[in-house]
Amino acid sequence: MQKLADFKLPQFFNYPPYFTLQPVRDTREKQIQLWKELILDYCKSQKIFLIGVEEDFPLFSNSAIDRSLSHEAKETFLSAIVGEGRAEWLDKGHRKCLILWHRIQDWADIILQFVRDNGLEDSVMTVEEIRSGTESHGTELQGIDRTILMRALKLLENKGKLALFKGTSADDEGVKFSV
Amino acid sequence: MASGSSIGVGGLFVNAEVTTSGRPVLRRNEVECFLLSSVDFDSEDDPPRFTALKSGNLILTTHRLIWIPSEPNGAVPSSIPLAAVTHIFSHKKSIKSMFHSPRIRFQADPGSIVVTIVFRGKGDFDCFLTKFWECWRGRAWDEEDKSETETSRSGGSATVAQGLYGNDGTVRMVGLAGILRKEQEQWESTDKSLQDAFQDLNALMSKAKEMVSLAEKMRQKLLSAPSSQNSSTDDEEMGSKEEMQQWMLSVGIISPVTKESAGALYHQELSRQLADFVRIPLEQAGGMISLTDMYYHFNRARGTELISPDDLWQACTLWEKFDVPVMLRKFDSGVMVIQNKSHSDEEVMSRIRMLVTKTEALRAGVTASDAALTLKIAPAMAKEHLLTAETKGLLCRDMSPDGLRFYFNLFPEIDLTNLHIVKDFGTYGEWVKATSILSV
Repeated sequence: MQKLADFKLPQFFNYPPYFTLQPVRDTREKQIQLWKELILDYCKSQKIFLIGVEEDFPLFSNSAIDRSLSHEAKETFLSAIVGEGRAEWLDKGHRKCLILWHRIQDWADIILQFVRDNGLEDSVMTVEEIRSGTESHGTELQGIDRTILMRALKLLENKGKLALFKGTSADDEGVKFSV
Repeated sequence: MASGSSIGVGGLFVNAEVTTSGRPVLRRNEVECFLLSSVDFDSEDDPPRFTALKSGNLILTTHRLIWIPSEPNGAVPSSIPLAAVTHIFSHKKSIKSMFHSPRIRFQADPGSIVVTIVFRGKGDFDCFLTKFWECWRGRAWDEEDKSETETSRSGGSATVAQGLYGNDGTVRMVGLAGILRKEQEQWESTDKSLQDAFQDLNALMSKAKEMVSLAEKMRQKLLSAPSSQNSSTDDEEMGSKEEMQQWMLSVGIISPVTKESAGALYHQELSRQLADFVRIPLEQAGGMISLTDMYYHFNRARGTELISPDDLWQACTLWEKFDVPVMLRKFDSGVMVIQNKSHSDEEVMSRIRMLVTKTEALRAGVTASDAALTLKIAPAMAKEHLLTAETKGLLCRDMSPDGLRFYFNLFPEIDLTNLHIVKDFGTYGEWVKATSILSV
């Protein structure tokens, strides 16, 4: 079966109707579900956090069968993911979609785990360090989207697990854990 | 009687070619102008300078005087070219000439021979004289010589048989005369066919008379029946109703109804007739036929008294009121079809299912035309069936660069919990096999 990078594609990726938005309700429902799963799986494996609807997204076309999703189809599928809380539109024009293959809550839990794993319970770190520091190498936090990270951190702040503070520059935004 | 090549002295007369039925063979552009019978050509000289030609038909043409013997008496048809005529003597009417047959004297070359034409028969002599002068003055042979030298200079072709009449007596279509003759013939044949048509028309008219009188009776009934239902009888309304009835009557349709919803008698009868007619085209079309196709078939069969599309539709909608084995059906797409009541969608579905589960169809899908070919129905019908199958979940669509295609719907068979699983049984597996030839 085909691969996109190192991602193994399912057989139905070569099924031409998969790329045409189905008009019949029941069929469409199933189609939406399949795309949702596929998008989330792919984004997770490739650590993709953002999909630009107007940009070329490898998953949205299949050159082997010469098919690609229409704009309407892309919007439909992404909106379905947004509807389930696994994605967010970043603009009113629905051009950019933030993919939450982990929900914010899940990310928050991962951060907490990360803190515990690395003995950072009372430490201070910059936000940037969380996503690119040595401790995060090899973890899911490595390369995490800043927006998502901030949201997760804010969530934890609301729970009193940490405190966010501004540094001398944007890059220096810091976190004091009190896990 | 001389039967040599020349009768007169020095060849005054030229032998005239005639057809087997005795008509003269005319030269190119030569046109007949006058015909007289019982004509003699005499020489008044003593001794006569040529042997007289007695009792023949005289034909004046634009180019010649032709004399043809009326009885086969050995005389040879002869002619004098008008070009050879040097002088026509004026005709003096005298008391003497009143008792004699009219005659004309003219002088012709070679030899300045004086010829007298004696008219012993009944004919318009004065008219002949006028025409004789005209033709002689007209010098039609001059123009011909001119054009002949021109064409020979320019290397024009010479036709073998000259003249308007072929040797076998048929009229040849050459030259201006030919064109005129052709037009004449066309007029004659049109005239004839018009005459024939009028025979039919007469028959038609007599039928029409019956229809008109019937319509008139109905109309009287209509007018006498008061529409007292409406308390406030709109004059306008009445006027337009009448107009409609008038119109319907004028085309031979009898409509005794004032409210449309009741359905005109015309529509009822049409409806029944249509239900009978529909049977055969429906069978041929495989059980389902679009309304537009039926419109075409029905009107074609009718020949005259064509019905409008609206009439057809009305007639079909009335079927539900009668017990007929056919029905009108409207698809979601708006397409209207006529189908047998017994027509089963299930049967069509199973045929479609068989079609789309074949290896090639699994791999590449089917178009409406593919389906039409296999199911042996019209492409428009095939498309409707495919759309219906899609609605039922049997098929799903693929918007390919070449157009709309339909595939067997595999979506239900795909497992959401494990996207990579393909069960051994089921069409999904079949599809994977069918496409495995292509996979990269």
